[in-house]
Amino acid sequence: MTGDPVFEFALRMGDNCLVLGQSNSAWCGHAPILEEDIALANVSLDLIGQAKLWLSLAAELQGEDKSADDIAFLRDVREFRNCLLVEQPNGDYAQTLMRQFLFDAWHLPMLTALVRSTNVRISEVAEKSVKEAAYHLERSTDLVIRLGDGNDESRDRMQSALKALWRFTGELTTPDDVDQALQEDQAAPDLDEIAAHYEQYTQRVLREATLVIPDVSGMQIGGKSGLHTEGLGFLLAEMQSLQRMYPGASW
Amino acid sequence: MAVNSIERPQIECVWGWLEDVPDPEIPVVSVVDLGIVRNVSWHGDELVVTVTPTYSGCPATAVISLEIVEALRRQGLNNIKIETQLSPAWTTKWISAVGREKLKNYGIAPPDESSNCAGMLKVPPVVECPHCGSSDTERISQFGSTPCKAHYRCTSCLEPFDYFKSF
Ligand SMILES: [Zn+2]
Repeated sequence: MTGDPVFEFALRMGDNCLVLGQSNSAWCGHAPILEEDIALANVSLDLIGQAKLWLSLAAELQGEDKSADDIAFLRDVREFRNCLLVEQPNGDYAQTLMRQFLFDAWHLPMLTALVRSTNVRISEVAEKSVKEAAYHLERSTDLVIRLGDGNDESRDRMQSALKALWRFTGELTTPDDVDQALQEDQAAPDLDEIAAHYEQYTQRVLREATLVIPDVSGMQIGGKSGLHTEGLGFLLAEMQSLQRMYPGASW
Repeated sequence: MAVNSIERPQIECVWGWLEDVPDPEIPVVSVVDLGIVRNVSWHGDELVVTVTPTYSGCPATAVISLEIVEALRRQGLNNIKIETQLSPAWTTKWISAVGREKLKNYGIAPPDESSNCAGMLKVPPVVECPHCGSSDTERISQFGSTPCKAHYRCTSCLEPFDYFKSF
């Protein structure tokens, strides 16, 4: 690990929100029903707002007169620190929804714990975000149950989505030296505790949704240290194209 | 440093002006009604207005700061600083009684603060139809026209309406 672990941590939290918010926003105008179109757009808005808070903190810690926008729009793929789960493609609506659920189920207990962080800046951002995350989890939980325990078509799609995405969930609670450094300072929680919570919650909901957690030989990790799957490059190409074509453009 | 007290309006007076600054998304309520303005104070001859965002991604946040500055400029103040405060995080509990009444008259059911949203144990809110007052209402969608509102329907008068979610 190089540099300030709090900076790295803020990047991770911010990049998770930014990448997931950007992906969800692609559904705007395309969701299966109007209510979901609006919900996806609103969840995106929350996540991008949270990303701005985390990335502003990162920019401030970095110094160099950087802004949250500089960090969002001017980094290359290897510099992104989001987990692999959030960069998986939208796929069908089932995959987008399952991705959201698997993220929300981690995000809420994580933010809840971070409210008690000894680092005041982390705790402020967590306090601002946690109630939004609670609403996100409520929505994604309800829908995963309704569609999993729905008809054959909806169940098959939800099961396929779970099969495709489950192997990316381990990374959320696999600690590395950044996590350990923060945990030692009581600036971030013990990820083992988050893992226990995550396992219990996802198992309960997925069982109620009549979905089966797939056997995976190993969890895929890498996003937190900048080793990403191919989807992120495409997402960034679109998200960053304007700033790259017209550096410094604003309105 | 001689600051003429005549050039520095009373804080109560400034609050009064801010009570006329409408929320950009729900213009019947003011930024004070919603609890967005947290503090007003003079630092020398600079007026500092502390605001807090409602939702992190609320696009109205930047507009609100701009409207506050413009409203105060119209009163002849020029040295104004807007400070954004994240903690304590905004909650619908800060919406004033007057604000709640205004929301209801506008057709938006005000938040039920006895419902608990931030946690795994949720208590569903009791939402009264702002049109007929019936509590026989059902949620259509957790997200309405903006992140702060849910979409409801009254099963008595059959009218759809927005519910300002407790937050
Ligand atoms: Zn009614």
